[in-house]
This record gives sequence, structure tokens and C-alpha cells, in this order.
Amino acid sequence: MVPPARFRSYYGRPIVKAAVWRHDIAAYLFTGGLAAGSALLAAGGDATGRPALRRAGRLTALGAVVASTYFLVNDLGRPERLLNMLRVAKPTSPMSMGTWILSGFGVAAGAGAVAEAAPLLPDSGVLGLARRALGPVGAAGQWGAAAAAPALATYTAVLLSDTATPSWHAAYPELPFVFAGSALASGAGVGLIAAPAGQAGPARRLAAIGATLELYSGHRVESGMGLLSEPYREGRPGRLLRAARLLTAAGAAGALLGRRSRTVSALSGLSLLAGSLATRLGIFDGGIASARDPKYTVVPQRERLARTPPADGPGASVAE
Amino acid sequence: MAGKNSLYGPLDPAPDAGYVDAPPRMGFFTDTSVCIGCKACEVACKEWNLVPDDGFDLLGTSYDNTGGLTADSWRHVAFIEQPAVDAPAAAATATPAGTQFLGMPMSDLPGRTVDAPRTDFRWLMMSDVCKHCTHAACLDVCPTGSLFRTEFGTVVVQEDICNGCGYCIPACPYGVIDQRKHDGRAWKCTLCYDRIGGGMTPACAKACPTESIQYGELDELRGRAEHRLEKLHEQGETAARLYGNDPGDGVGGDGAFFLLLDEPEVYGLPPDPVVTTRDLPAMYRRAGLAALAMAAAVVAAFAGGRP
Repeated sequence: MVPPARFRSYYGRPIVKAAVWRHDIAAYLFTGGLAAGSALLAAGGDATGRPALRRAGRLTALGAVVASTYFLVNDLGRPERLLNMLRVAKPTSPMSMGTWILSGFGVAAGAGAVAEAAPLLPDSGVLGLARRALGPVGAAGQWGAAAAAPALATYTAVLLSDTATPSWHAAYPELPFVFAGSALASGAGVGLIAAPAGQAGPARRLAAIGATLELYSGHRVESGMGLLSEPYREGRPGRLLRAARLLTAAGAAGALLGRRSRTVSALSGLSLLAGSLATRLGIFDGGIASARDPKYTVVPQRERLARTPPADGPGASVAE
Repeated sequence: MAGKNSLYGPLDPAPDAGYVDAPPRMGFFTDTSVCIGCKACEVACKEWNLVPDDGFDLLGTSYDNTGGLTADSWRHVAFIEQPAVDAPAAAATATPAGTQFLGMPMSDLPGRTVDAPRTDFRWLMMSDVCKHCTHAACLDVCPTGSLFRTEFGTVVVQEDICNGCGYCIPACPYGVIDQRKHDGRAWKCTLCYDRIGGGMTPACAKACPTESIQYGELDELRGRAEHRLEKLHEQGETAARLYGNDPGDGVGGDGAFFLLLDEPEVYGLPPDPVVTTRDLPAMYRRAGLAALAMAAAVVAAFAGGRP
């Protein structure tokens, strides 16, 4: 239990400003992770001769990256200026880095997905040539997307942490692992829904690994940060994260135990996807809640000042 | 260009940003001990910078109906009504529980009669503004390059570049910069970049009738502030303190710093702000580890099981 916090404030007003991002951004956290997980699933499926995983992975990766782009552009205050994002490449801005990662990933995932249309083209003529070219193009796109996928899935954790939003910033050591696990679990969910039992083995194992990572790291965020874990346990974020835990655990259990039944596998896949979405929404809302209450800004900073010798603090001049 | 202290630690920001022969760093020293709460700074700022109205609300927070710094309020005067901090004196004049004596209107000016009784009530006023941090998180995280460091060491938004991504808003440890509704872009104090470039004083400082807001070279302002603080301490105002003046603090010192008469959080300021990008290298390292774990998980999932 965290003892009730005593602190002073200006009429209870927040000190830091909560992000003005709408739920587009929370949805993007999910679709970005889904795109990354699916791209990895496609590459693994292709490398191990599982065409159903390859096809589902490539198509979902493209769909998710298109949805991601929509959410990101829609949330801009000036959507018509979206290309200003490409004016600079700036390592101190995770959003700038993410723009470049997402752009590269999008092109590659697009190539991979379009190549899935090759069998629909005729064997001869100009289209025949295109059909033969699509194979290598698709493979290149698929491997390119898979190479960018881990960065795409984890940079969003840096994006949230690199703010003054107390419960996002404090979570920076754990959040990339939550998002990595969540992305893997959602990718595995796609595999469980799309692949026949004979090809779904890796998706089941991926579901177990991803869900474990998501649940373990999520637990550390929800209970390992003292006062700053509190916003993740209360109110709407708390309900979302509890639901996420149940859905993810049920999905992983179903993936492992329901291998005989296509229906159970598909339901498990859905459960993993829903769990991943709920995780992202809960983490997003928890951070917003921590910014809206000055307690989460003042109390940890006061504790930090109490730990540091007075000569280093901004209160130093008081003692002079 | 990226020096040892580019993300954290004492630094002169304009040369670090690449300016050759930069002019001296300019800033504000806001001495709240002489603020009379007239809000001339708020008005002058709005007039000069053409900042739109932010709603005519009655907030019920003393004389403060502005509420805080927003996209449409680049100066904000805070009003704090509180019992005197001098506890023994307050106890001596204590009234029965449930009522609080706020002082009667007098026919004479307060303080004119020496040794006249004082009430147990005081009123703090403070004109808040963008701090123009040495390490400005808003500028660090801006993905378009819209926010930039000026040759004066201040931080300014280029409104023709900003695309309203909103990242600067949660990044600011002071909650200063904000999105303007129906406009979509982020706005904040420019330290009157258009005025100071022409050798003029920013509008708020120009309009301040008590020199509570002082504009000038930061080094000189810091010296002036130390002197003022010593004087206040001599006069018995022991709670007086400087805020944001220390280049060794979490944001490398503020370009706009303050003399306060109570703890920072009483004025709505964070007690120990730290620029979030101080931890950015560690964040990228953790994300890199998580990315490696992801790749390893995929390899394990596909390599395991059926040969």
C-alpha cells in the first residue's frame, strides 16, 4: 500500500500538461505493434515454409501500417502538414525517429503484401513479367519489414516515456518490453486466426512468449513504481489493464491447449488481439491520468529532493 | 555540435545550438516579492503578440481567472491567499475555529503606521511565463524542427512549420506549451523574439509597473537576483528563494527564473523539474534490448518444435 500522499499545489491544478493526443494515438500503439508482430510472423512463416503464416502476416502488416498512418495523420492538429515530419531526422525526438522507421517499414510491408497478388496475374505478357518480378520484390519487402519491425514495436515506448508525464516517464525501463510482448502476442493472434492447425505451431509458441513478456513487464509497471504505479491500477486505466491481463492470459492458454480445434485457436487469437489493444489503451490512459493530478508530479519530485543533499537542489539558495 | 552536456548539465545553449558569435543569453527575472497582481503583463503580451482571448471564465481562485499558462495565455498571474507563515504570530492572533479574519479595510495605507498590528493573512502574486530552459524538452522532442533555439538562447515555435503533432505539450516539465483549439498548432511565449531582435524590451517587462518582471542579460539578472535575495533575507523574509536560477538544476537553469516567497508547488511550479531527454539514451538502450528480445523470441518460436 502507498500511504496517502501529502502535498501542496496551486488550487489542485495540474502542473504538467496531459498529452492532447486523442485515442487515435492509443489505437496507433496497437496497430503499430500489430504491424510489427505480423511482419515478423510473415518472415518466420516464409523462412520455414508455412505459406499461410506468410500470407496472413504480410497482408495484416500492410493493413495495420495503413491504419497506423491514418491514426497518426488524423491526430495532427494540422493534418495537411504531415510531410513536415520529413523535414528533419532528429535523434532527440523519438517521434522523428519513429516517422522514419514507420515510413521505411510501410514501403517494405507494402511491397511484401502486393507480392501476394502474384498468383492472380497471368503467366505471359507484360503482366507475366510483373508476376515473376513480384516474387523477389515481395521477399525483399518482407525481410525489410521484419528487420524494421522490432524498432517499430518498441520505439513507441520511448515516445511515451520521453515526456514529463509522470507515470510514462517512470516506466521507461519496462515499457519497451510491455510493448514488445504485446506486439508479439498480437502478431501471434493473427497467425492463430489465419493458419490451419498444421502451420500454427510457431504462432502458438510466439503467443506464449509474447503473452509472458507482456504480462510480466506489465506487472512491473502496474506495481513496481510506487506512487507512480497507482494511475495504472485505478479507474478506467485500471479496468483496461485488468481486462488486458485476463484476455492475454486466456489467449495464451487457449493457444497452447486448443491446438486440436481451429475454433478455439481462432478465439484465442482474437483474445490476444483484444488483450494487446486493452494494454495499449490502459497504458495510454494511465499516463494521462498521472499528468492530470499534481500529486504525481509534486510528491515524487519532493521525495527526490529529500534524497539529494541540499547543496544540489533548487532550494539551495534558501540556505544561503 | 553535440557536446558532453548537450542533453543535461550546465551549458550555454546558443553556441551549443550552432550559433557562432552568439549575443549574450537574454532572459527574465521575475521578482514576485514586488508583484502587485495588476496583470498588465498578461494584457501587454496579448496585445503585442496578437494572442486570442482564452474565454471569460470566473474560476473562483482568488483574482486569478486565467488559470494557468496555455496556448492563449503566455503570461499568467497566480494569486495565492494564505495564512501568514509566521506561525507564532499567527497563533497569537488566532481566532476561534471555523472563522478566519482576513483583515478589515483601513482608512490608512498598510505599513504607514509603524508597529501597527498585522493580520495573519498574506497574498502571494506571481507572473508565470515560459522558462526558456537551457535544456528544453519541447525543443528536443519536436519532430518537425518547428521549435528552435534563437541566438539569444531562447526557445521559439515557428508557427508556419508546426503541424500540431502535440509532442512538445506533455514533454514540458512546467506544463507551459499548449495546443490552440481550432488552430491545432502549439503556442507559447517567444520572449518577444521580434522585439528583442530590435533591441527592445519584451512587452510584459515593458508594461510591468513595479519591475517585478526584469528583462536583460541572464548573467546580470542572476547577479541582481542574488543581491535581492540577500536583502530580503536581511529584512527577515527568510522563506524567499530563487527558482530556476541554478545552471546545475534538472533543466540546466531557466532563461526565465523567479524569486518566490513559498515553495514552488504553491505557485503551480514543479519543485524539482528534470528535462525528460536526460534519460533518452537510457530509454533507447532499453528499447534496443526489448527489440533484441523480440527478434530472439521469433527465432525461438520458429526454430523450436517441429524440425
